[in-house]
Amino acid sequence: MSPALIIGAALAYLLALFGVAAWADRRAAAGRSVIGNAWVYALSMGVYCTAWTYFGSVGRAAATGVWFLPIYLGPTLAMVLAWPVLRKMIRISRAYRITSIADFIASRYGKSAALAGGVTLIALVGVVPYVALQLKAVSSAYALMTGGSPDAPGLPGAWWADTTLYIALLLAGFTILFGTRHLDNTERHEGMVAAIAAESVVKLLAFIAVGVFVCWGLFNGPADLFARARAVPEVARVLQPAARFAYDQWFALLLLAMLSVIFLPRQFQVMVVENVDERHVRRAAWAFPAYLLLINIFVLPIAVGGLLFFGTGQANPETFVLSLPLAAGVPWLALVAFVGGLSAATGMVIVEAIAVSTMVCNDLVLPLLLRRKAFAQRELTGLLLGIRRAVIVGLLLLGYVYFRVAGEAYALVSIGLISFAAVAQFAPALLGGMYWKGGTQRGAFAGLAAGAALWAWTLMVPSIAKSGWLGDDFATLLTHGPWGIGWLRPEQLLGLGGLDNLSHALFWSLLANAGLYVGLSLWKPPSAREASQALLFVDVFERASAGRVFWRGRARVADLVSLVGRFLGPERATSLFLGYARRLGRQGVEQLDADAALVHFAETQLAGAIGSASARVMVASVVEEEVLEIDDVMRIVEEASELRHVNERLLSLDRLKDDIMSSVTHELRTPLTSIRALAELMRDAPDMDEPQRQQFLGIVVTETERLSRLVNQVLDMAKIESGHAEWHNSDIDLRALLQQAALSTAELFRERGATLVLTLPESVPALRGELPALRADADRLTQVLLNLLSNAAKFVPREGGRVELRLTTDALGATIEVIDNGPGVPLEQQQLVFEKFRQGGDAAHRPQGTGLGLPISRQIVEHFGGRLWLRSEPGAGSCFAFSLPWAGPKDEETRP
Amino acid sequence: MRRGPGYQRLLALFFVGGLLFNFPLMRIFEQDTSLFGLPLLPTALFIVWALLIVALALLMERGAGED
Repeated sequence: MSPALIIGAALAYLLALFGVAAWADRRAAAGRSVIGNAWVYALSMGVYCTAWTYFGSVGRAAATGVWFLPIYLGPTLAMVLAWPVLRKMIRISRAYRITSIADFIASRYGKSAALAGGVTLIALVGVVPYVALQLKAVSSAYALMTGGSPDAPGLPGAWWADTTLYIALLLAGFTILFGTRHLDNTERHEGMVAAIAAESVVKLLAFIAVGVFVCWGLFNGPADLFARARAVPEVARVLQPAARFAYDQWFALLLLAMLSVIFLPRQFQVMVVENVDERHVRRAAWAFPAYLLLINIFVLPIAVGGLLFFGTGQANPETFVLSLPLAAGVPWLALVAFVGGLSAATGMVIVEAIAVSTMVCNDLVLPLLLRRKAFAQRELTGLLLGIRRAVIVGLLLLGYVYFRVAGEAYALVSIGLISFAAVAQFAPALLGGMYWKGGTQRGAFAGLAAGAALWAWTLMVPSIAKSGWLGDDFATLLTHGPWGIGWLRPEQLLGLGGLDNLSHALFWSLLANAGLYVGLSLWKPPSAREASQALLFVDVFERASAGRVFWRGRARVADLVSLVGRFLGPERATSLFLGYARRLGRQGVEQLDADAALVHFAETQLAGAIGSASARVMVASVVEEEVLEIDDVMRIVEEASELRHVNERLLSLDRLKDDIMSSVTHELRTPLTSIRALAELMRDAPDMDEPQRQQFLGIVVTETERLSRLVNQVLDMAKIESGHAEWHNSDIDLRALLQQAALSTAELFRERGATLVLTLPESVPALRGELPALRADADRLTQVLLNLLSNAAKFVPREGGRVELRLTTDALGATIEVIDNGPGVPLEQQQLVFEKFRQGGDAAHRPQGTGLGLPISRQIVEHFGGRLWLRSEPGAGSCFAFSLPWAGPKDEETRP
Repeated sequence: MRRGPGYQRLLALFFVGGLLFNFPLMRIFEQDTSLFGLPLLPTALFIVWALLIVALALLMERGAGED
């Protein structure tokens, strides 16, 4: 096909993509976001499938059968745990405005600038080969489409005639358009996410179209395809199980892919930073693996179909997706497939470059710039954007250089796996930091450094040596070790052999990484800043941690506003602070207090734009702060939890008040209604005869008494329950107390025609001075006794009523029983009588009372450490009894 | 906070998946035979993979409307 057609199609596609992005940005500005949708979120995760998947997987399958699969099975396993793990990452990043994986790790370990720089370097070095992979894939695809040889694309011409360079520059320009048009303190790119989701659809459909064409266009369905493959020994070999299936390498690939799907900078960008709503994780967790499955279904058929069509060794399997439609005379399908491949490559490059440019700008360049006086006071918004654009172009050019130097020596998949192993080094520090409060900056730094060094030595060095561009002498390094030291051989470190080089590298680097991380963390405890960050990260789901701010010092509101303004622009800063003030119910920024929460707010806003480490440095430069010790951190945590307790107590008191209010209102209404009715009756009938009037007035007086009794008891109850009642404790002579109570109620019993029998022991031990005296409030105890006795008087029969008041003592305490021969309390009511506003007896026989006497009595007895209970059998009378221990509350005379 | 898919079930599913995709359970499919005319090992891997996704979808989507 003519280059003009290919280039035209590619440009048209990229323009359409840009249209999608611009449309999504416009929709977002109008408040109708297109990416606020779980399906779009899941599709944007499809950026995991790059040219590696599109071209490389087929090549891998053509050589080794099922070995392309672990790269997709691993992410599926990782997504099973997306709800607990990924959601926590999203929550943490949202809470602290974290915008890159370097920032995440640095922020967790005390906002360390060194750690942020280190992680950025690892990510940058690790990602360059991966970008080169995309360039290589696109340029070989272009070469094949225009009729050149896909195996030596663009080479050996001069650099200015190399199409790959122009592809790289075009992609850089496109990425700049997408990702760095304005500076945002959340690093969200709505348009980009929409475009990436669209690209995921395009590459999936294009790949499936080719798969369907191969299966049903070139052959009669998959069964026919595989049947023919079995007939050709060289092709059948790919599908037959190997003599020894390398399960160790299989496991290593699964693990590697599992970690990469979370830790690759572009995956972190789309899954964590660009996430709109963490509930979207719910659907994406299974929809993304389903996407991976769909895009992989036709990999093996295309690979086997290509081998059958061209014969083994005749064509490069990595471009079967293009060469099969071309050779079969369906050029339009080849063009579709080319656009699909372009889609896969551009998606990866755009997101990766944006993610890496954020990291390099915030964590490598800015910390250096901010040290210089010249930049200390300038407004930096424009500069930040400029840095990011330069980094994007730089990354693409680095990728191009890597491609020129080493690209053609490797298969696509091998290049990609080197990148995977690099980002896997983030796992111990990042996952450990999310779940283990003990991890320290020292441990994380040493672990990352050792892991990265071992990765370079065991994977990077061998691949460079094997490519041969450093000469044959360098290659002897692999066989004899450096300076002839055998145990340092990169692929058999310490003489460990028998593993493939990827498993070998992964084992040593992760072992050293995790070992140093855990070991050094245990060796020395974390500093106060690390400990406070650890609490914020690990406990992010706990409600109590929401308001924690670990900062003490003095600040001025104006300083903070102008600082944030320097990085986000003065208008943005003012509106952010104004919004914060409004949330607190203040009128304007000047009414804000420059407290710890405000400093934290300012620092978080800054962190979104320049990373947490730089934000920390900048905030520290405009405020006076005190250095927190580890004890201070612990105290802040305790204060926060104490505050929570007080709040909970207030809430429960509030509920209690509501309870009482609703019951009391009901209880007050009944007597009030009857008083009002009687009074109205008497007013409207002035000629009412005297006895009638006297009877009505009597009822009014009784009801009024009942009302005031009720009010007193409600107040009493409320006082006791809230712990505000006063207790005047003294030594109690129980015998005298009981006799007094019996005397007081004698008249009541006489009226009812009942007898009261007092049964007292000869002497009460407390009075002999051998046992501790009973200390209690005499008035309160009398209140309990009178309540029980008057209750008994109400329920005894009119004739022959008999109530016994009995005191017994033992070593533990005294028991007082009030036994009557009334109707007894039915079993189902025995618990109810102790509840507020519940009265025993049916409505017809219900005596006058408030329904609060027994609950209050029980509260009083329990206050003195005793117990009040009811023993009753219907028809056989009832016995209300309470016990009091000898050792009552010793200390307080009165309780506030 | 504990609403939504149960952590323990997800962890169990993770281990089941990890076991099925590794030695020695994967050996069961490591035979030179066909299933519906397709080679056994890749077909079996795809079927196990699909079942894993279905199980995950059931766990994740259950009660999705609650919060």
